[in-house]
Formats: sequence, C-alpha cells, structure tokens
Amino acid sequence: MPAETQGVSNLTTLLAKALPITVRNITKTYGAVHALDDVSVDVKSGEFLTLLGPSGSGKTTLLMVLAGFTRPDGGSLKFGDDEVIRKPPHLRDVGMVFQNYALFPHMTVAGNVGYPLRLRKTPKAEIDTRVEEALETVRLGGYGARHIHQLSGGQKQRVAVARAIVFEPRILLMDEPLSALDKKLRDQMQIELRHLHEKLGMTTVYVTHDQREALTMSDRIAVVNHGRIMQLGTPQQVYDKPANRFVADFIGDSTFLPVAREGSQIAFAGTPLKLSGTVVPSGNVVLMVRPERLRLATADVPQTANLFEATVANVVYQGDSYLMYAHLPGGIEVSLRGGIRGDAVAELPMPGDTVTLTLDAADTVLIADDDD
Amino acid sequence: MMMTDTSISLPHGASLRRDGALERLRLFGLSSPALLLVLVVLVIPVGWLFYVSFIGANGQFSLENYERMIARKSYTRIFITTFQVSFLTTGLCILIGYPLAYFMSQLPSRWASLALITVLVPFWTSLLVRTYAWLVLLQKQGLINQWAISLGVWDEPIKIVHNMTGTLIGMVHIMLPFLILPVYNAMKAIDHDYLKAASNLGASPRRAFWTVFFPLSAPGLLAGSLMVFILCLGFFVTPAVLGGGKVIMVSMKIVSNIELFVNWGAASALGVVLLALTVAILWVASRFINVANLSGGGR
Repeated sequence: MPAETQGVSNLTTLLAKALPITVRNITKTYGAVHALDDVSVDVKSGEFLTLLGPSGSGKTTLLMVLAGFTRPDGGSLKFGDDEVIRKPPHLRDVGMVFQNYALFPHMTVAGNVGYPLRLRKTPKAEIDTRVEEALETVRLGGYGARHIHQLSGGQKQRVAVARAIVFEPRILLMDEPLSALDKKLRDQMQIELRHLHEKLGMTTVYVTHDQREALTMSDRIAVVNHGRIMQLGTPQQVYDKPANRFVADFIGDSTFLPVAREGSQIAFAGTPLKLSGTVVPSGNVVLMVRPERLRLATADVPQTANLFEATVANVVYQGDSYLMYAHLPGGIEVSLRGGIRGDAVAELPMPGDTVTLTLDAADTVLIADDDD
Repeated sequence: MMMTDTSISLPHGASLRRDGALERLRLFGLSSPALLLVLVVLVIPVGWLFYVSFIGANGQFSLENYERMIARKSYTRIFITTFQVSFLTTGLCILIGYPLAYFMSQLPSRWASLALITVLVPFWTSLLVRTYAWLVLLQKQGLINQWAISLGVWDEPIKIVHNMTGTLIGMVHIMLPFLILPVYNAMKAIDHDYLKAASNLGASPRRAFWTVFFPLSAPGLLAGSLMVFILCLGFFVTPAVLGGGKVIMVSMKIVSNIELFVNWGAASALGVVLLALTVAILWVASRFINVANLSGGGR
C-alpha cells in the first residue's frame, strides 16, 4: 500500500474517533446554590480540555452533565451535531474514568474491560482480542485474569482507563482520576495519560483541582469557580495572563501589590511601573507578582526591569530551589524563588539584609481587582 | 540460622520474648470464662444429646432411634414436610423481601430508617403474639374472610389456617426480617458509582441491575436465605399453632416424642439429625460466603 493512502486512512479513523462538544447556557441550581451558572464552552474535536477549580466550583457537576448523570435546569449540549441534553447516559457513548475507578469488584480485570463490549453484543473472540489490546495500551497486558482486589492503586487506574477506551468512544471524560495516587505515580500517570490521548485522539474532558496537573496535561484549561468559567485558555495563557484575580490566585503562587493610577501611568509606592505590552484593565488594578519571576538584583540590572527595595525576613532551603520571604516598604510580604547551584547556598542573603528585587517589564502583570 | 543468632545477641532479646509469651498467656486467661461458658452450655449438652440418641429402649447402646427414622414412613413424611415448608418460606421471603429491601435501600435516609423501623418492630414483638394474631385474622370467622366476603372477593369463608397456607403466611411474616436485614445491608454497601459506571459503559437500567447490582447484593441474599432456611428447619411455634396438626415438622415430632411417648432417645436422635443438617448446610454455604457475617450482610 502506498504510504500516502495509508496516511489518509489513519487520519480519517483518527477524525472519526473524535467529536467536538458544544456546551451552551447550561444552568443547574441546587436550592439557592448555582452549581452551574449559564456555562457555555466549546471543546474542539480531539482536544484535551481540563476543568480546573476548587471543590464545589461546579467542575464535577459540568462533567456529570456531559456524562448524563446530572440533569441540568436548562441549556444545550451537543456532541458533534447531535443534541444530547435529554439522552440517557447509557446511550451517550462516552467513556468515563471515575475518581474511585468504580471497577466492578465481582468481575476480573478482563470482565471489567470487556463489559462495554459484551453490552454491545461484540462476538466473543473479538472481545478477547480487543480487551487484550486495551490492556496492552495501558501496559497491563496479561493481567486479564486478575481480580480487582489484587491490583495496586495505579493498576486499578489503568484498568479503569482501559475499560473507558475499549469501546472506542469518541469522547472521554475523566473525573480526578489521579487524585488517589501518590505523587510519584501521579506524575508518571500524567505523562502516560497525555501520551494515550495523543495516540487515541479522542476529545477529552478532564476534571482536576490540581493546577500543576492541569498545566502539565491540557491543551486548554477552563478555570471554574462559583459555577462559571473564569477563564478559558492554554496553560501559558492562564498562567501568564490570568483574566482576573481568582485565576491569578488559584494558579501558581502569587502576591498582589496595590498600585495606583497616576495619570496615564500605574505606580507602586509612588514609582511608575515599566510595562511592556501589558494590557491595563479598566477600573481598580493590582500588580501580580509570582515568586519565580522576581529576581535578586545583580550588578547589571536591565533597563526594562522594575526595582523594589526589600528586607529579607526568611530564607527557606528546599533542595532544588530556595524560597525567600521579604518585606516591601509598605510591610507587604513577597516571596522569591531562586535556583541553587552548587556552593551558592552560602551566598544567599540572611534575614535582616536589605536587597533589591527586580521584576522584568514583560513579567509585570496587572490584574483587575475584582476581589471575587 | 543467621536470624536466630542475631535475635539472641540483641540487647534484651530474651527478656522481650519472655514478655511476649507472658502477654499471650494473660490474654488466654482473660478469655477463659468465655471458653468455660461454651463448654458448659454448648459442648456438654450437645455431647449429652449425642449420647442419649444412641441409647435404646432397653437402656443399652443401640442404633434403633436412627433406624426408626429410616424405616418408618411417618418420619420420611415429616422430613419432607419440614423441607417443603422451609423451601417455600425461604422462596416467598426472597420474592417479597428482596424487592422490599431494594426499595428501602433507594429511599432517602430519613425514610429508610422509618421503613427499617416498620421491619424491626414486628421483629421485636413476641413470636407467640404474632402467631396468634394471624390465627385471629385467618380463621373462618376472621377478619380476612369477613372482608373478602363483604367485598365479594369470594363467597364462602375459605380455609386459610390450620393448613399449609396458614403456616406459610405466618412463617413468611416471621422470617421476613431475617432476610431483609442482610440484603438491605448488602445493598447499602453497593457504591452508586458502580451503577453509574455500568450506565456510562452502555448498560440500560435493567442490564445494569442484573449485571452489577444483583451480583453485588447476592452475598447478602444468600446469607439471608440461609438464615431463614436454617431457622425454618427447626421452627416450632408457628407451624404448631397455624398448621392445626396438619403440618408436622421435625421440631413438633421431637416434642411429641418427649411429651407423648417419653422417648428421649428418639427425640435426641431427631435433634442430632437436625443439627447435622444445619451444620452441613452451613459448611456448603461457607464455600460461597463468609458465614461469620451471616447476620451482618455477608460481604
């Protein structure tokens, strides 16, 4: 077969596997609480979208609406061109990985993974091959005969993924699938799930409260709070250009410094700030300072940097880096994260030292002070 | 070899091991009253029962009490009736109790506790009171016949007591809680996410029930059924009162052997057979469920 045609057929199968999701004006209230407040979002075909938010933000409710387990008060939900808002969950044909995996304890691993295929009346021989294929995809080939209670947490997680993808759904939903794993395994699974997504290409909606996980895995992140989407953007956009104070606060560590408008300029403690291409929101603004963007001033400070005099309060050694807490003149505490190379530890400032901190104009981000 | 050497050379190794042995001895001492109780109220009486069952009418060792059970038709009939009543009661309890337990398990917790109380109150009421209450309700001039006739369900008073029907009605009523409680417990322990997962994977509610919910509740159902069946095998009061002498079960034969014929050997032999049957059933069941949890939901 010529290489070209093969490429085309692969592409079409890949495209056939993914479906865009269109969410329009979905609202869900529990008593007086708006779990979802007029949510609209488009998930592109084959995209990995993460719903990121604190507990009770509505991210899980939105996922449950997508899966069909929660009936919203109103709104529209389309998978491709099909309106599915009234479709019962068993007819939606979406794969889902549950937070506690929800593996059936009375079935073996193969029984669990083969379950959706048996429901679809797949021939026995085909079930066996596809189950083994799915298990190999999650690197659990040969585990079919095991019982669920014989598996470790990480293995259960993989079985849950295998079960969710074995029937080749065009949409995959994941509800905090890694929250029960220890950190090392979690980091490893993040990469694995990401690879799996690249390989299978299904549209994926992933729920987590872990911002690092969201930043690592997603094509785009929807930051959710109070049942609304606070910002939708790439990991870099939500981290570097947070749309509001909630997003800036929730993702990464940040300190907010009060600034004042002085004519056309924005000033901190009387000194106008150097800005580079920063969009200044209307209304009250605050300056967002991230610890890793602050630096200790060296001999040649770049022209484009903003300078802050500060008194060192504490320096914490953290192995791969150090964290320095320092007080600005107004008494505001900021933190600075710096790298440690070799014997440079001895050269770190001591508490009580006066230091100059620099913040590059490109990293000088102003946020609307909505205080939401 | 290395291991023993190091443990001996460890500081305080010997004295620590002596402390451990002493502690185990003390623990055993603490449980000795319980062991004594088991000996006095269980081992000795059952041993005595065995002994008496092998004593013939002439006071000598004999198998006549057992031979009689095999030889006489009346004994065969009694055993058949006993199993018949036990099977039917268990079957009816499953048919009524399982759906009821399912209904209760799906209720919001406030209503569920109310439903649980309605199951438990009769359970705590005296057996005799309930049995005689059924006698009053079911007899020819009883409430049920009167109502049925006045409503035109049937014309003549019909016989629903002093026979198998009456016995079964009373037995099912009394046995129902023994089935409902373990089934209910097993159902409450089923995570709702299992059903969500089944549904997400493409199972209609009916399929999800039969492929996931029912198998997960089955240990509870098995435990409850077993309990009911075993209790039925040795049941006395209800068949005696509501059976009207037409439903003779093993327990009633034991009573008549003692009260009418003063034949302790025959009565003991029946007791031994009943005990052996119960143990055999439990032994078979223990291969499928954890019998120790029989009352607790059998996980």
